[in-house]
Amino acid sequence: MTEDPLPAVRVPPPPPAVGARPAVAVEGVTKRFGDVVTALDGCSLAVYPHEILCVIGPSGCGKTTLLRIIDGLIRPDAGRVLVDGTEVSGPRPEVAMVFQHFGLLPWKTVYDNVAYGLRVQGRPEREVAAVVPRFIELVGLSGFERTYPYQLSGGMQQRVGLARALAVNPTVLLMDEPFGSLDAQTRELMQEELLRLWRQQPKTMVFVTHSIDEAIILGDRVALMSRRPGRVLEVLAVDIPRPRDPEQVRRSARYLELRQHIWHRLKAEVGGMSR
Amino acid sequence: MSRVLARPAARRPRVREAPSPAAVRWLSVAAGLAAWELYGRALSTPIFTYPTAVARAFVHTVATGELWFFLRSSLVVLALGLALAVAVGIPAGILMARRPLVEHAADPYVNALYATPLVAVIPLIVLWLGFETKAKVVLVFLFCVFPILINTYQGVKSTDARLVEVARSFCSREGALWRDVILPSATPFIIAGVRLAIGRGLIGMVVSEFYTTITGLGYMIVQYANTFKTDRLFVPIVVLMAMGVGLTSALRVLERRVAPWMYTGREE
Repeated sequence: MTEDPLPAVRVPPPPPAVGARPAVAVEGVTKRFGDVVTALDGCSLAVYPHEILCVIGPSGCGKTTLLRIIDGLIRPDAGRVLVDGTEVSGPRPEVAMVFQHFGLLPWKTVYDNVAYGLRVQGRPEREVAAVVPRFIELVGLSGFERTYPYQLSGGMQQRVGLARALAVNPTVLLMDEPFGSLDAQTRELMQEELLRLWRQQPKTMVFVTHSIDEAIILGDRVALMSRRPGRVLEVLAVDIPRPRDPEQVRRSARYLELRQHIWHRLKAEVGGMSR
Repeated sequence: MSRVLARPAARRPRVREAPSPAAVRWLSVAAGLAAWELYGRALSTPIFTYPTAVARAFVHTVATGELWFFLRSSLVVLALGLALAVAVGIPAGILMARRPLVEHAADPYVNALYATPLVAVIPLIVLWLGFETKAKVVLVFLFCVFPILINTYQGVKSTDARLVEVARSFCSREGALWRDVILPSATPFIIAGVRLAIGRGLIGMVVSEFYTTITGLGYMIVQYANTFKTDRLFVPIVVLMAMGVGLTSALRVLERRVAPWMYTGREE
């Protein structure tokens, strides 16, 4: 098989908050759909408080399935997920998800969409009125409170999705290819925006992406997944200091090194799949 | 060279002056009415009529209060039957879509009754319920309830599963999921169902009036047909036409109002 072209970047896993209890611990998770498809097979992963962990892998490797299991939307067939040390048995308010398809309710205004999570979790309307405008402002959508999602561009819709997730003040944010359906420029703007947001609200994030560039720009660490059935092949420390300026990061030697390494590993995985 | 270029330029104005669709519609109606008027007058037989005679008959039936008398009883029947169909059809449709047991148990009845030409059961209903308003309301109900029920069912079934997952991800309870996601998503389907039901309800109303008591627009039609008063016979027909067009387009407007997101990018 293909030899690892750059063994030098292989860094032993837990760097950021060594010794700390992981905010999210995925332990040997296996998930099958029917008898034929095994989406995840013994997948393990630790996410430490306040880090952004990017998960990257070939299409169909079970990245989204992994997020849905962490969120408690589906149960694993084997293994378990711990959030803040307790086992996940269903959706919980301290974990919020941002969806690739935005998942906004088309019949609700921007304001009501951002308020959705708070209201559904039974927070008092006084709190909603205090919190919602703050997050609408944070994502730069002040003045659009009474607009409906269909009147907004894709990037603006995903800002609503972000504000909705942040508004419930989760400890863990799950990002399921949130910028995957946006055009290239909007995508880069949203990445900068997310870095800015993270500086103000350093949430623990699991960020699933297809883009190597995005994973390096955003992540503290990058988890590389195998083709289906998905396992974690390798966890790389990005090791680029924050605050990051994406344009400078893209010119750095470390960026190129990581990019090449990840690309070679992914190519080997994808090549194996199409064989 | 200049001549070659001049030709398409000279043609262009004609293309731009193509009549607007609205103008064509109005002209078509005017031409149809004029042809009918001329032919009707030339024919001069009691079993045929023409627009101005119908208009005169209309003014007459309004002035004597006759039209309102019959129209009122028809409207009562239609409104009661439709209201009953909405009250039964929407909850039944939701129940069928959400509870597999109910779905499979009710499915054969709904399909069979929806496919049956309900005109066939009119004599039966009359036999059971008599000739009064009750029988007519039940008939209109039967005509209306299935499109509402089936559309509600479809609407609930076609709720975006991804949005249901979003709701679950935010820890929504089942009741809130209904309020926030399922019902709003099904609303345009439900309104479209009511729109279909109105068309069928009008048929049910008129046909049941043919068979039952001496009230309603249906009776008016039978009565004037039997006495060869063709011009007056057309009055309830025109009124029914106006009701059908008016109610259906009102609901179309409502459809767009409640679900504007479904129509963006698809505007005419």
